[in-house]
Amino acid sequence: MRAGAKLGLILLLMPLLLWLGLLIIVPHIDMFLVSIRERIGVGRYQISPANYLTFFTEPLYLVTFMRTALMSILTTAITLVIGFPVAFYIAKVAKGRLQSSLFLLCLVPFWVSELVRTFGWMILLRETGIFSSFLQWLGLVDGPVEMLYNDVAMIVGLVYTSMLFMVVPLVTTMESLDDSVIEAGYDLGGSNLSILREIVIPHAMPGIASGSIVVFMLSLGNYLTPTMLGGKDSLWFTELIYSQFIVRFNWELGAAFGFMLLILSSIIVWAMLKVTGQTLEKTMT
Amino acid sequence: MLKQTLRTVLVLSAASLGIAGTANAETLRLLTWGGYAPENVVEMFEKETGHTVEVTLSNNEEMIAKLRATGGRGFDLAQPSQDRIAGPQQEFGIYKPIDLSKIDASQFISSMLEATKGNTTVDGEVYGVPHVWGTSGLVVDTSMAGSVKDYTDLCGGDVAGKVTYRLKRPTLIGFAFAMGLDPFAAYGDEAAYKAIIDQVEAKLVECKSNVKTYWSGGDELMNLMRSGETVASMAWDTGGWKLNADNSNITFVAPASGALGWIDTFVLPAKSRAEGAAYDWINFVMRPEIAAMITDAAGNFTASKGADEHVSAALKARYQASFPPADVDNIKWYPPVPAGLEALEGAALDRVKAAN
Repeated sequence: MRAGAKLGLILLLMPLLLWLGLLIIVPHIDMFLVSIRERIGVGRYQISPANYLTFFTEPLYLVTFMRTALMSILTTAITLVIGFPVAFYIAKVAKGRLQSSLFLLCLVPFWVSELVRTFGWMILLRETGIFSSFLQWLGLVDGPVEMLYNDVAMIVGLVYTSMLFMVVPLVTTMESLDDSVIEAGYDLGGSNLSILREIVIPHAMPGIASGSIVVFMLSLGNYLTPTMLGGKDSLWFTELIYSQFIVRFNWELGAAFGFMLLILSSIIVWAMLKVTGQTLEKTMT
Repeated sequence: MLKQTLRTVLVLSAASLGIAGTANAETLRLLTWGGYAPENVVEMFEKETGHTVEVTLSNNEEMIAKLRATGGRGFDLAQPSQDRIAGPQQEFGIYKPIDLSKIDASQFISSMLEATKGNTTVDGEVYGVPHVWGTSGLVVDTSMAGSVKDYTDLCGGDVAGKVTYRLKRPTLIGFAFAMGLDPFAAYGDEAAYKAIIDQVEAKLVECKSNVKTYWSGGDELMNLMRSGETVASMAWDTGGWKLNADNSNITFVAPASGALGWIDTFVLPAKSRAEGAAYDWINFVMRPEIAAMITDAAGNFTASKGADEHVSAALKARYQASFPPADVDNIKWYPPVPAGLEALEGAALDRVKAAN
């Protein structure tokens, strides 16, 4: 009986273990081995840390990473600021059918692929696009305005792409907040602001943290939106990795970049959790 | 009576041919460019040989990356450019030699066949035969940017903010020629090549303020030029001719320093399975009338002898307008890229992209 239960457990865990092992751990080990090779001649390689040294010695790569990380943090902050009131309204104010239809509205953009959504923004923002024509029609501007191919357009695209991943965890945590706690806050003479600060935000903190982690990681790892909306100055770290692998045939450096992205982004998330006094366990529950 | 017997014999032999065809029918997994395997050609080929064709569209870098990732598995025939065969073959061993006896050499323009064979020979084995060729140069709206005659003119003040090009190696090479340098002559000497790339990098950084955006896909370029958001660009000849069909002001201009000529080839991936179908496909699409159908679809001319006569008159006229005979002689054909130079170019391109 004991042995049977054990076998059952192993069989149940098998899909997960195979998934983790074959699709995540083994490729990462292989990638790591590639990243510590250095090409020393045609088809000949030796083990060396040269690729990692390149990352730290060529300022371009570090600067690009910093830029990508800062832009992702900014994206996360903007997404939070926009997403929080939306989530609060859906969770606490809206009732019944309105609640579910509002939630559905957040989901609708995700029924089409990211590529199509990004093309949508390009149609709106380009020089001969809808916004530009509309402004000219209103007479607010004389000539066509270019709103595409800059950092603002890129951030707009990223915020739009990641909004859902902020709203969902926020709604879930805020729904568990008892309305009577807020009422009690008002009864005790709290203002809107103090109730938000003392009751709502502390309660929603795990949701804020998990939403922020997801949005940050999604933005950092996004390839499509920065490339298409960002234009000529929009070097994004994932773009560097792509071009090392595909365009330059330099898998060694690309693999090293991939590992640096993994390590550095983990450090940033860890530091953020420390600063805000959260732990990963609390966030996950 | 005789007629009927003859017909029976014909039907019978056709049927037996059909059976023989299906007996060794294979699935040809073709890794190629958009337009090189148009649906009507695939259909004709499938009907005639009984093989089935699965087409995957790609570009040079992705083809090589895909084959490298699988060690040359997963495809039976690929079409990289002739300058990208010897280097990757030495480095990664992703192709297998072509059995020239299985290819009908009489269907090829012999000078092009010999040149490609020479450029794709590694250790005495030939790895590629030519298929489609064309050039890259300038696509210009002549009513707005008549001043643009060479790559470096893209940096001129009169087209500021209205220029687009790719951040890829053809841009480096084109600018180098326009600046009076010869990058192809320096291919063998890494230090000399680096010196050239450094100068081009400085020029591209200086030119960056003129650029609206760096295009990355053909459709993006078409949109930019068609909408008038950009008036001058670096692009392929076919892109210019396609735009010319919609707007007669826009056309392909062969740059004063010479258009850059490329030849896309047929190569066999190292672990290809359906070799028979691959050779059948090569011999099939090199027939003049089939090659002309591909030219009509892709816009580019092929290495098939005598196919020009079957090509539509409009396309021929555009070709002749863009390429007076002197410009044809001035085409700079890409020599094979030595392994390792791409890393050098890549670092330069990354710095240009990051510069402000």
